[in-house]
Amino acid sequence: MYAVIDLALIVEKLALIVIVVMASLVIAMYATYAERKVAAILQDRRGPNRAGPFGILQPVADGLKLFFKEEIIPNFSSRFLFILGPSLAMLTAIMAGAVVPWGDKVHFFERDISLQVADVNVGILYVFAVVSMGVYGIMIGSWASNNKFSLLGGLRAASQLISYELAMGITLIALLMVTGTLSLKEMVVQQQQDRWNFLYQPFGFLIFLICAFAECNRTPFDLPEAENELIGGYHTEYSSMKLGFYLFSEYINMFISSVIMSTLFFGGYDLLPFVDESKWGLSTNWMALMGISALMIKVVCFLFFFMWVRWTIPRFRYDQLMRLGWRILLPLALLNMLATGAVILLKMNHWHF
Amino acid sequence: MQALTNRAKQVERKPMSFIERLYLPAIFKGMLITFSHIFKKRPTINYPEKKRPFSPVFRGLHILNRDEEGRENCTACGLCAVACPAEAITMEAAERQTGEENLYREEKYAAKYEINMLRCIFCGLCEDACPKDAIYMSETFAPADYQRKQFIYKKEELLIPHPVNEPEAYKKALGNRVKKEKVNQ
Repeated sequence: MYAVIDLALIVEKLALIVIVVMASLVIAMYATYAERKVAAILQDRRGPNRAGPFGILQPVADGLKLFFKEEIIPNFSSRFLFILGPSLAMLTAIMAGAVVPWGDKVHFFERDISLQVADVNVGILYVFAVVSMGVYGIMIGSWASNNKFSLLGGLRAASQLISYELAMGITLIALLMVTGTLSLKEMVVQQQQDRWNFLYQPFGFLIFLICAFAECNRTPFDLPEAENELIGGYHTEYSSMKLGFYLFSEYINMFISSVIMSTLFFGGYDLLPFVDESKWGLSTNWMALMGISALMIKVVCFLFFFMWVRWTIPRFRYDQLMRLGWRILLPLALLNMLATGAVILLKMNHWHF
Repeated sequence: MQALTNRAKQVERKPMSFIERLYLPAIFKGMLITFSHIFKKRPTINYPEKKRPFSPVFRGLHILNRDEEGRENCTACGLCAVACPAEAITMEAAERQTGEENLYREEKYAAKYEINMLRCIFCGLCEDACPKDAIYMSETFAPADYQRKQFIYKKEELLIPHPVNEPEAYKKALGNRVKKEKVNQ
């Protein structure tokens, strides 16, 4: 089935793109606020509460501050790459939202509008490709800074991402063997009809979660920006909004990986496990609204989990990080894949050896 | 090696058990601890909206007192300046002219009275030295300004509002001050 490409389709897709980009920016903005609030609450403090009621204007104030800061481009840096770095980090962070199914579909103006910008049949591979490209932003920025500490941070980011991507990819293979599809939309539909993938792949989910932490450069794997070792890490030389872009892309990445984890393992926009919502007889738009809310609730839980872990666990040492990635997670992921494959084979053989 | 004291303890360095090497139980325990802090009472208060009560002998910024008719108490005797260990107080005396009886309580008054708040150590010795109950320390504190010279407080900044002309401001400046004599007794 092919969608007819007409003006209305272009308009609806454009509108959806704008909404998705704006939403991820706003959520990333408020993730910074949430991070500070959660940190404060976990440490028995109050957190930002001066700007606006409960400090909810704090991210706006932070953003404005970053905009008004002096923009320093060190004259020993390579100017083009120096600007390219944060732009690339931001771009790749935002791009991943394109294939995520945010909801089923809405019915407006006599048209069924799918709440997914592009239903690519290799959606999850696209996400992986784009998220992996995020390391270029960090690498290029750190290289262009022409600073030892920045470069060290960039090197760490690159090696960390490559190491953990392996384990992540292999866990994903196990998941793909269960679902049999690469399209995110189809995965969600399967989970709506069947059980959530988390129940089939709990072990895989755990490995995926740990790797997602490493991919987002979050504590306990935030070695690329280990302040006490590397000053600021890869963004040591950055200031003003270019620094803001780096910080922002980290939060967008966090948001995107929360969305991906919810979609892959927790049913995406599926409301409740074991319940067939289509029997409730609600209209399409209501179902879509509830689906989006369900996804957002899952995402918020994941974001809270990210922050909760950050303010609990200290940072890994670099050799520990590498050992965990290569000697523990990778073999475990391989085992998980083999076991999943064996079980699927058995099932296909009707549980006969 | 012989220990210097008998308090030395041999540290046990046994390899980590399998459970410990898994890390996850320890991480889970740690996460529970941080989670329990969500429900803890926070010791911080929202400062400018909510203030902790001061002790009755709190020593804040100085105020020059007036009597109940609004006449200045200070006679520029200079005892406070002598008592001041930080040498923050300077003054110039002047004689009261006829017709100024409603302004100054006694024949001599301070024409100029300055306290350098950056020098002041808020020890309260000036308050103790004053025989006329003219200077006392209020509950105001944490002054802020853009220039250092603004912190040399002139008489106009130090004087308490007039009790007859501006009774409300006077009440506010007085605060809930308990007189030193009463506390000491």
